Amino acid sequence: MTETRTTCPYCGVGCGVLVDAKGAVRGDPDHPANAGRLCSKGTALGETLDQPGRLLHPEVDGKRASWEAALDAVAEGFRSALAAGGPEAVALYVSGQLLTEDYYAANKLAKGVLGTGNIDSNSRLCMASAVAGHRRAFGEDLVPGIYEDLEQADLLVLVGSNLAWCHPVLHQRVLAAKAARPAMRIVVVDPRRTATCEGADLHLAVAPGGDVALFNTLLRALHARGMRSDAPGLEAALAAPLGPHGIPPAALGTFLDWFATTPRTVTLFSQGANQSSAGTDKANAIINCHLLAGHIGQPGAGPFSVTGQPNAMGGREVGALANMLAGHLDWSVPAEVAALSAFWQAPKLASGPGLKAVELFRAAAAGRIGALWVMATNPAVSLPEAATVRAALRRVPCLVVSDCTRDSDTLALARIRLPALGWGEKDGTVTNSERVISRQRGFRPWPGEARPDWWMIAEVAARLGWAAQFAWDGPAAIFREHAAVTTLARPAPRAFDLTGLAGLSDAAYASLAPIRWPVLRPGVPGGRLAPAARFVATAFRPPAAAPDAAYPLRLLTGRLRDQWHTMTRTGLVPRLMAHAPEPVLAIHPDDTALADGGLAAVESPHGRAVLRLRHDPSLPRGACFAPMHWTDRFAPAARINAAVNAAVDPVSGQPELKHTPVRVVPAPMRWHGFLLARQRLGADLAPWCALLPAGGEVWRHELAGTEAPAAAFARLRARLLGPEARWVVLEDLAGDTHRAARLANGRLDAVLFLGPTPALPPRDWLVSLFARDQIGSAARRTLLAGIASDAPPPSPTLCVCHGVTEAKVCQALRAGAKTLAAIGAATGAGTGCGSCRPELSALLTRMPERLPEPA
Amino acid sequence: MRVLVIGAGPAGTRCATRLAARVPGAEVTLLGAEAALPYDRVRLSQLLTGESDIPGLITHELAALAAAGVRFRPGTAVAAIDRAARAVRTARGEVLAYDRLVLALGSSALRLPLPGGDLPGVLAYRDLDDVRAMLRLAAPGGRAVVIGGGLLGLEAAVGLAARGQRVTVVHALDWPMERQLDRVAGGLLAGRLGGRGIAFAMPAKTMAIEGTGQVEAVRLDDGRALPADLVVQAVGVRPNAALAAAAGLPVGRGIVVDDAMRTADPAIYAIGECAEHAGRTIGLVAPALQQAEVAVQSIAGEAAARWRPAADAAALKVSGTAVWSAGDIAGEAEAITLHDDDAEHYRRLFLREDRLVGCVLYGDTADAGYYLDLIGSGRPVAPIRHSLVFGAALQPVAA
Ligand SMILES: Cc1cc2nc3c(=O)[nH]c(=O)nc-3n(C[C@H](O)[C@H](O)[C@H](O)COP(=O)(O)OP(=O)(O)OC[C@H]3O[C@@H](n4cnc5c(N)ncnc54)[C@H](O)[C@@H]3O)c2cc1C
Ligand code: SF4
Repeated sequence: MTETRTTCPYCGVGCGVLVDAKGAVRGDPDHPANAGRLCSKGTALGETLDQPGRLLHPEVDGKRASWEAALDAVAEGFRSALAAGGPEAVALYVSGQLLTEDYYAANKLAKGVLGTGNIDSNSRLCMASAVAGHRRAFGEDLVPGIYEDLEQADLLVLVGSNLAWCHPVLHQRVLAAKAARPAMRIVVVDPRRTATCEGADLHLAVAPGGDVALFNTLLRALHARGMRSDAPGLEAALAAPLGPHGIPPAALGTFLDWFATTPRTVTLFSQGANQSSAGTDKANAIINCHLLAGHIGQPGAGPFSVTGQPNAMGGREVGALANMLAGHLDWSVPAEVAALSAFWQAPKLASGPGLKAVELFRAAAAGRIGALWVMATNPAVSLPEAATVRAALRRVPCLVVSDCTRDSDTLALARIRLPALGWGEKDGTVTNSERVISRQRGFRPWPGEARPDWWMIAEVAARLGWAAQFAWDGPAAIFREHAAVTTLARPAPRAFDLTGLAGLSDAAYASLAPIRWPVLRPGVPGGRLAPAARFVATAFRPPAAAPDAAYPLRLLTGRLRDQWHTMTRTGLVPRLMAHAPEPVLAIHPDDTALADGGLAAVESPHGRAVLRLRHDPSLPRGACFAPMHWTDRFAPAARINAAVNAAVDPVSGQPELKHTPVRVVPAPMRWHGFLLARQRLGADLAPWCALLPAGGEVWRHELAGTEAPAAAFARLRARLLGPEARWVVLEDLAGDTHRAARLANGRLDAVLFLGPTPALPPRDWLVSLFARDQIGSAARRTLLAGIASDAPPPSPTLCVCHGVTEAKVCQALRAGAKTLAAIGAATGAGTGCGSCRPELSALLTRMPERLPEPA
Repeated sequence: MRVLVIGAGPAGTRCATRLAARVPGAEVTLLGAEAALPYDRVRLSQLLTGESDIPGLITHELAALAAAGVRFRPGTAVAAIDRAARAVRTARGEVLAYDRLVLALGSSALRLPLPGGDLPGVLAYRDLDDVRAMLRLAAPGGRAVVIGGGLLGLEAAVGLAARGQRVTVVHALDWPMERQLDRVAGGLLAGRLGGRGIAFAMPAKTMAIEGTGQVEAVRLDDGRALPADLVVQAVGVRPNAALAAAAGLPVGRGIVVDDAMRTADPAIYAIGECAEHAGRTIGLVAPALQQAEVAVQSIAGEAAARWRPAADAAALKVSGTAVWSAGDIAGEAEAITLHDDDAEHYRRLFLREDRLVGCVLYGDTADAGYYLDLIGSGRPVAPIRHSLVFGAALQPVAA
């Protein structure tokens, strides 16, 4: 049986996977990132293949269109925006889910053809600060280390990284290494006590935004111990104001000691450090300490930035960010600009950096963007100040969105919609967090009229008069061109060099094994890097907005273990939704008077979101946490980014997603409820609604609202009315409790529960009933209780006057009653009107052996 | 002590036998206007359907009564009470003296004052003679009209249908058994009985009974005439209080009694359907028997004898239907309902001030005992309100 060797598209670990002909997935034992391991998301890849709600045909102005017409419309939209507003008036917003080849084509279209620097990626949200930190320290965006360093380290410091959830396979590797070498130490620096802390030796509950202060303190401590370095900038770095970090002296002392005395130390940082208005400084504060201690460039040592997205690195390599040019070439080096301009035959090459993500959408909101192409991302949800972003998207006259799914809030706003290929269909390469380039290979037919992104880009470029420069016959040709860019303007100290891949044949590309850059000669992979570096002074700055009396709590946002970005893929997989099914706001119980399980509104000056409140004593006081996945399609009122501020890092432009002052207030509701159905009824069922797949074809709708419960019940039931519907209905008007189940031929179709409080029965058992062809009389009796009852089936009432069942009478007979009078004395049966006496006598004659047995 | 018990229904018979057993030296005489031995009125419907015969209904054989110490005199109607003389006079003029007198006279079936109401073939449904008459008139293929869709009317209708009659029930309200059932349960029941060939004219009023020399049709207020060979009126009962009233005892609807079932005359008791306690009369056997026990205790000299009304429970004794109701289902109350279309299960609970006060069960009556107990005990139900309607099976600990 042939298996396709490809790469997991869910996170920056970049695990190799093998997919067989039936779509079953296993970890690739030969891939250096995972050596056969996979996490829950990777394992579920096979289940995400057949996604409902695919976008299958191009659409223009809401109507299906031919590719010709749609591409003409895109070209025309960009041409007229250019004519009206020049290169500043056009933009691309792309994504870390694109393959390197798509990324390359998009960057070339923007900077070469359109002559604009306005191309930015959702990677901006993920690791722009790490990129900027690397560039300040190493002169280039470099990750010096490799994954093996994590295993070889004697001290692993995790900063703002919930490795267990965000990079599960790396976490597994670390835990395995620690199990093999118990002396290895793990320190977690995180305001939250995360799942990662479970395996750690020390948790430093740093004050939110206090990381720079911590590493400034560490730098001085190392210096005080006599450590020295020749790298420039040390004096200024040591002089930088420390700032408060909030860590108790004993824990701090331990940490300083461990760091100073452990040469094999890796500090791993990711979104938690990056998504801050001091994100770039955090990266440099960390790198500073590694430079001074000399913990860099050797096995088991170094600062290590891990990306969240599968191909954030690929985007960085091709330069598809507003402040990068291409192939690690730099606008500040005129020779490099000239070389690229010549190579691309692009006389109008963008003259300098363009607008970064948040700036870009602000410009669009101000009406300054005439044409915008959004690729494979959902900024209407993922960017902070979501209301502004939505307004911006509405304001762009020519909004083009290419995506594989219809379930995107951004797609809904687009003028031109282009169907893109998804994972398993497209072909190209990705680069993971340790610089390993791996192939993603297609093994499924292209659905409908969906096409690769690079093809769409090339077609649009051709329509703009650039056919020759975009005349690729496939991803291999693009990859060769991308590799060739890295050879331009050399000799140069740039480490990013793919010389050894620039001559790759189509066949060699097809069979390319994972390879780490730099690749100077064919077949020779790169390794650990020890770049020349400098210290950067990182004066402590508090988070842009500080909590105050009106907004006393700090809101952190992040991801749940099994969810990936805005759920457009994983939201449809029940197994992945099971882990943390509802939009939940976690808060320390002492920080709120609101009850666990109720709905609460998170309010900031920017906006508001309503989530289910969970008390979580593992959170630090003064902070609350919300997941960032929920979208209009799944939970419109729970989009946390509506409340998140758009403060950005001054260097990297990365938004401060991790830190917004908020208050948590009650979100009063007249009723709470849920609806389970065999179809998805939309997220507009109720003022508060969260939609979750629950297995089978069953959809779970969690609901709450402010109208009278009876009115809501009638309204929701009306949505379920059908010709053959048969119902079980419970109504307690005065108790504000309404429940209904719809059945067809004994098979459960829908269940609706409404009550005055969030205390409703668990959903699992009810969900499980949907799988049955017949739910059966036992389940039917307690269906609307929401509980399986193990009580025996009902026994008929024999004695009406005293309500005595046959079962009770039999019990008395078994206990020795031998006359009607004895039965009467034991149970009361037959002592009223006496009409049951004949039946009692009949039971008496049957005693004792042949009595009906209790079930 | 001479104790005279008048009326050999369940209340009177129970009272007589218990007195003989409990009061040493008591001379207990039981008089009954009916010619039969004490029989089970409740199961008359089984006689009608053919599930039982007359001997099967007899509850006390003469010999058994004698053995129990009771002198039984059937076919002996009492015509008057002479309280001053402490004696009664029978219809045949016989005078019987008493030290204690127990009136257990029961009720009589009401007859609507309709034109043609006294035509032959118009019957009541109260005693053995009524059923005998029905069986005589119910020739196969005949048409019967039952006026009144209450509990008794429906039992009569089902019984007559079992005897091959084409039956129509004329009922004044929208649904039958409105005293025991709410509209939904009543509708379900009507539908089910309809499926068995019993027609309902509902809501409808009877204007007249028509016929020359023999009933031929029932005329309704909408002008329709329902052809009928036999008409049963089941429109309610009137407690038999006239005898007591004539003797100067206070009566309302029934004979007024205190908690010990004593009338205004301390030597005279009244029990069963003829008695009125705290402004209310009863209509079922179970409370009638309890009242008999209380009277016995009181006559035996137990000062603590007290009758406390409990919630009534009633069911339709028709095979293939499970209908049960208890407590107060008429007053203002909060309702909890559970209705399963397919299984034809329905229940409605009536709550007032956090107490269960009434209950209707249709289709599945297994929880009758559970609810009866809750109504009786008056326990607060707020803590279990969410699961109350699912019955005993889902309660953590049944009390
Ligand atoms: C068809 C039918 C079905 C029923 N089904 C049920 C049921 O399922 N459950 C339930 O609890 N109840 C049922 N009932 C009601 C129940 O039968 C009565 O509530 C019960 O019989 C009342 O008992 P009692 O002793 O008070 O009166 P009765 O049973 O009415 O007995 C009174 C007796 O006194 C006699 N009497 C009256 N006046 C005199 C007099 N002056 N002298 C001598 N004797 C006199 C009468 O002839 C009668 O025999 C039903 C009734 C009927 C008719
Ligand atoms: S760790 Fe990342 S790359 Fe590896 S399987 Fe999981 S999601 Fe995919």
